[in-house]
Amino acid sequence: MSNIVAKTGNEAMAEAMRQINPDVVAAYPITPATEIVQLFSNFVHDGRVDTEFVAVESEHSALSACVGASTAGARVMTGTSSQGLALMHEILYIASGLRLPIVICEVNRALSSPINIHCDHSDTMGARDSGWMQLYAEDSQEAYDMTIFMMKAAEDIMLPGMVSTDGFIISHAMQRLDMYEDEAVRNYLGERKPAYTCLDTENPITVGPLVLQDYFMEVKRAQEEAVLSGKVRIKELLKEYNKNFEKDYNVIDTHNIDDAEYVIVALGSSAGTAKYVSDKMREEGKKVGVVKPLYFRPFYGEDIVDYLRDKKGVAVLDRSSSQSSMGGPLFTEISSAFYRNEKHPVMKNYLYGLGGRDLKAENVREIFDDIESFAEKNGEGEIIEYITLRE
Amino acid sequence: MSKNKNWKEIDMASLITKSGSAKEFKTGDWRSQRPVWLEDKCTQCLFCWVFCPDSSIIVKDGKMTGIDYDHCKGCGICVNECPFGALEMEEEKK
Repeated sequence: MSNIVAKTGNEAMAEAMRQINPDVVAAYPITPATEIVQLFSNFVHDGRVDTEFVAVESEHSALSACVGASTAGARVMTGTSSQGLALMHEILYIASGLRLPIVICEVNRALSSPINIHCDHSDTMGARDSGWMQLYAEDSQEAYDMTIFMMKAAEDIMLPGMVSTDGFIISHAMQRLDMYEDEAVRNYLGERKPAYTCLDTENPITVGPLVLQDYFMEVKRAQEEAVLSGKVRIKELLKEYNKNFEKDYNVIDTHNIDDAEYVIVALGSSAGTAKYVSDKMREEGKKVGVVKPLYFRPFYGEDIVDYLRDKKGVAVLDRSSSQSSMGGPLFTEISSAFYRNEKHPVMKNYLYGLGGRDLKAENVREIFDDIESFAEKNGEGEIIEYITLRE
Repeated sequence: MSKNKNWKEIDMASLITKSGSAKEFKTGDWRSQRPVWLEDKCTQCLFCWVFCPDSSIIVKDGKMTGIDYDHCKGCGICVNECPFGALEMEEEKK
């Protein structure tokens, strides 16, 4: 049984949290993610969940409280955005290093300066090396499904994860949402079975000891193994999820890709816009398609290479600037993934949407046209271009 | 010292699953100076035992019997706190 409702991205994530019914939520409000934990605190007040809600004085404290609760063995969630995630940064590495399956409902927002409350991906991209799993939802439905799924995956492979939505574009836009029965979600997740707990007085342990030159590298290598084996496990778990809830999610989502000559790769809501434009251009006989990495961490480089290897031109869209002159995070990952392949398409990086600037359908069409002419010129010229920028 | 484990052999998340293992971590070689106990001046007030931050004053049957040089870091607090001059610092010999 499912239930069709109208929900914003934030409401969808709050509902997913309610159905997950975590033991502990510690959070601090920040635009545009405030609603998620605000709505959730209503569920706590109304007795609809069994959660201990910890109101804290900062995001640093929020994630610290989450780490403490998670080491005790609790199922733990929080929500944040932008500067809030930046303030959590120190604790992100502690959570992943301790292999704690905490889930953050994240809403993508630009980082200061200049101060801005609208969408870009610089906040989560700043945390891309923190050892957290990351996925970028395209709409409310994906935000809802992937919040539930991330909890399952996190506890299964014992790594924390963040599910993000594009600030305001998804977080505040009302969409059709297919919700499952509370019971179905709770049965799917079951109880958390922690690998360790600091509260077992019969078997005392030390969590977070000093580790110096003699063991630090071994610990970090072992942690990375969880990511590597997790890549395979996530695919298995996603299959189970699809079967359980009659869905069709893949770690890499594709649209009109099979015979496509030119492809846009994009994260989050922009992939939805690109799919729409791709459909329109198909009507005109243009062979264009879209690849949307649902997961950015772990990064499924091999799968992406498989989808893109034979294409004539690939336009990689980045909604954050690495300020490095080598392109945005998605572009550098994909070009790295292609390094060992003799065959690769002409690729170009398009930086867009910083601070919430719209990516309109006509902009996407311009990108498809541009990558076609760029490929025809064998990729001569600048390979990184800002679009919708006044020059 | 036993051979260090490789990355596949270590416990998850750098956990220490054995209790009381700090005793196995010898910190005595951090010292540049060492406290020396002058037994004839000692009145067994146990101020040194109370103040030692590293539990390095060895007490048996309620009496100070010596210093645990495997763990004493040579901070000198015991020397500073002893009211009877029964502890003195001296240079650690190379």
